[in-house]
Amino acid sequence: MSLLLAPFMLRAALAALGVALAAAPLGAFVVWRRMAYFGDAISHGAMLGVALALAASLPVFWGVLAVTLVLALAVAALAGRGVPVDTLLGVAAHGALALGLVAVSFVPGVRIDLMAYLFGDVLAVGGADLALIWAGAALLLGLAAWRWRALLLSAVDEDLAIASGLSPRRERLTLMLALALLVAFSLKVVGALLVSALLILPAAAARPLARGPGWMVAAAMAIGAASALGGLALAALADSPAAPSIVSLAALAFLLTHGLASLRHRGDCQRGQ
Amino acid sequence: MSLIRVRGLSVSLGGRRVLDGVDLAIAPGEIVTIVGPNGSGKSTLLRAIIGAVPAAAGTIERQGGLRLGYVPQKLALDASMPLKVRHFLDLPRPVSPGERARALDEAGAGGLEERQLAALSGGQLQRVLLARALLGRPQLLLLDEATQGLDQPAAASFYRRIETLRNRTGAAILMVSHELHVVMSASDRVICLNGHVCCAGKPEQVASAPEYRALFGTGTGGALALYRHEHDHAHDHDRHGEQAP
Repeated sequence: MSLLLAPFMLRAALAALGVALAAAPLGAFVVWRRMAYFGDAISHGAMLGVALALAASLPVFWGVLAVTLVLALAVAALAGRGVPVDTLLGVAAHGALALGLVAVSFVPGVRIDLMAYLFGDVLAVGGADLALIWAGAALLLGLAAWRWRALLLSAVDEDLAIASGLSPRRERLTLMLALALLVAFSLKVVGALLVSALLILPAAAARPLARGPGWMVAAAMAIGAASALGGLALAALADSPAAPSIVSLAALAFLLTHGLASLRHRGDCQRGQ
Repeated sequence: MSLIRVRGLSVSLGGRRVLDGVDLAIAPGEIVTIVGPNGSGKSTLLRAIIGAVPAAAGTIERQGGLRLGYVPQKLALDASMPLKVRHFLDLPRPVSPGERARALDEAGAGGLEERQLAALSGGQLQRVLLARALLGRPQLLLLDEATQGLDQPAAASFYRRIETLRNRTGAAILMVSHELHVVMSASDRVICLNGHVCCAGKPEQVASAPEYRALFGTGTGGALALYRHEHDHAHDHDRHGEQAP
């Protein structure tokens, strides 16, 4: 049990909490706007960022941020120009991931731990990483709070947003850039392959619990935080890989909330007869 | 002074010219109805006026500081978003409970505050959308096929509500419809659209115009007369209108 209180565990817990909290509002918008594929495309692009950063001897964070930002802008610009968006995102996601893996293999000298970038290395989070994660999380939560109503109305109906004098295009771009930032600072915690899982699963699990959009975000925060802490505890006690444990718990939460909701629904129908 | 003035408006969607050289002006307090077959560019004209689709040619002038209210045909809302009616009315600006209740009452949607938006019937959603548009105290209200899916008495009562609203607030109404017989009697002016303006004028002028007959045939003439008969007898109005399904 003392393992749970070790300094590196405490850092890991704080890092995972920061990512889970920041991912909740973004994840809710990704679910509402059916942008799940977009989350995949950007997060998989992180691998290319890792390769470029290593090749240029830059900090990985900046390499990843640069590539994810470029990917976000490129996808935003190309969307709606002939190729269906989900096809475009599929190409971007897997193309960027594959290209990143190839590029990493050509980086001379350093032998890198590919698994750490693909699935995160939360137990190795340092003080500087932690500061970066919480600064990023504070920025994203502040942004979500500031643009909340505009983002929400744009997600409900873009024409209504335009008629109200908003620019849905700008809100969509805000969301994409926020996603790029989230991917960059959470790479260390959950890795390129699982960032989008942490984005979508808690928000999707929160849906049956919520009667309003604010509550859905709050519930996604709670589910994400519980999954993060539970997954880390599992990792410490059962020696399971940390990030996959976190995501597994979030998936379990999804099955639980949706299972209970459908049981309750069935009960309502039977009583109603 | 017109609230909006559209001059020579052309709009292309996906390489197809949907509107071609449309001229239109709306004066304060007017009820103007746009009729036209499917694909005639009716909805596109409204979307161009709110600024949702760019003009390929021509101009749309708005009176300075014009307050627009837009009631779309349907919402793009995804079922994954939990949203009560009162949350929806708080977008993009929060409103007081009193304002909210007044707008809902005026739109005939009183008591729906706590209902989920996604669970409303078509008619209820239309009235909630109207309530939201009213919260902005519009000088010009744009209604896109607002009675689609309503039966005839419900549609007639919706249009009477719009007429009452115009009389009380002085807001101009620009609406799009394919239900000619119900719409026309409530309108000051009818514009028949098929990519371009085919004909325009008072309802009875348009109904007898050869361009209109060519687009819709003469079949609707009887229905139009029937409704106008009802409309002339104002004392009978409410009883007829409230024959809810």
